[in-house]
Amino acid sequence: MIALVDYGAGNIRSMREALNRAGAEYEVTDSVSAIQRADRVIIPGVGEAASAMHEIRERGLADIIPSLTVPVLGVCIGMQVLCRHSEEGETDCLGIIPCDVRKLTPNSAEPKIPHIGWNTLYRLEGPLFEGIADDSWVYYVHSYAADICDSTVAVTRYTRSFSAALQKDNFFGVQFHPEKSASAGAKIISNFLSVTSF
Amino acid sequence: MLAKRIIPCLDVCEGSTVKGIHFENLRKVGDPVDLGARYADEGADELVYLDISASHEGRATFTDLVRRIAARINIPFTVGGGIRSVDDASRLLDAGADKITVNTAAVYNPDLISELAAKYGSQFVVVAIDARRNENGQWQATTHGGRRCSHLELFSWARRAVDLGAGEILFTSMDHDGTGGGYPIEVYARLAELPVPVIASGGAGNAAHIAEVLTRGRADAALAAGIFHFGTLTIPQVKDYLKAQGIPIRTNN
Repeated sequence: MIALVDYGAGNIRSMREALNRAGAEYEVTDSVSAIQRADRVIIPGVGEAASAMHEIRERGLADIIPSLTVPVLGVCIGMQVLCRHSEEGETDCLGIIPCDVRKLTPNSAEPKIPHIGWNTLYRLEGPLFEGIADDSWVYYVHSYAADICDSTVAVTRYTRSFSAALQKDNFFGVQFHPEKSASAGAKIISNFLSVTSF
Repeated sequence: MLAKRIIPCLDVCEGSTVKGIHFENLRKVGDPVDLGARYADEGADELVYLDISASHEGRATFTDLVRRIAARINIPFTVGGGIRSVDDASRLLDAGADKITVNTAAVYNPDLISELAAKYGSQFVVVAIDARRNENGQWQATTHGGRRCSHLELFSWARRAVDLGAGEILFTSMDHDGTGGGYPIEVYARLAELPVPVIASGGAGNAAHIAEVLTRGRADAALAAGIFHFGTLTIPQVKDYLKAQGIPIRTNN
């Protein structure tokens, strides 16, 4: 069973619908024991880093998430909380992936923040992107992004190059919304659902 | 590179998709969920659904429709029409909408924008402005689907909406909507100074009009209804044309 973590950070309905379309069985939960016995864990979320971390700590999840050994996928803010630190609210995150999250800074060519819309992926690595071609399009809505680091497994460029996806061992994270990214997103979700080695 | 977005708009009345000329003379054009799914398959980047039902029954039907859309469609979609309170918006977001759009209610109660942005974030809040040029040459915001004039001037209202927390501005010229004669390009070029994305709406008659508003008009997205619903052009035809013009466009993958 997949645990879809409901920690009060934004709307999780679109991820539920994507899992329904993938034919996956899942349980929406914030219970420590349900998450510990799940065979996959998805941490969704739209929101703000400090309040997301607050909600995770409140539920006692800050101690158990780093100890999980099954595949874990963080999406958007759910990916950022896996990192070390976020500039948003100067928040200490879970520190599972040694990477920092910084605000996107507008420039004259790309003056609008948040980064909203479809952008391309490149430098794809690892099981999450099996069968996904370079320059595939995915959907973004965010103002903060993780730096490029040793755990970067996909890159997107907007105002600067940032980690579109991260992987460290069994922990995966994507900044974009695979649940809203048409067929490319559905394929990335199905890759996560079938990943067995990392 | 961030793609310019092509957004089909579906006006929904008592459960079916309709499209009017100048917001009147509504014609039925198909089941909203089937039509949206077809557009998504053809490469639409987002969808907008506007509820133009007048009745309570119609509103309840729309919430149910939003649930069915969320279950089927794997691209972002925005809903609007008749949202007057944070509770109205919450009901639609809980049903699965990614963003909501407010228009008339924001004109009468601008604080609604900041309340929505505070609760859900600016990225959820699209402020739609319908305006027409008055006899003094000023662009004046209208309400109630263009039927009433407000005292608000377009550019200052758009700026204020952004300051209050609007994440995107959707501008429709009531002088151009439904005519197929093209967009008021100079108005969009001025709105492009806003720090948030601008969606151009109303007036497209061909792909060249869309190309023009995305380049000279510097709009981030183009919304259209009639040209897609009546089959004047398909989404792939529009996207192929824009791509050939060197405009960054998402191709179906």
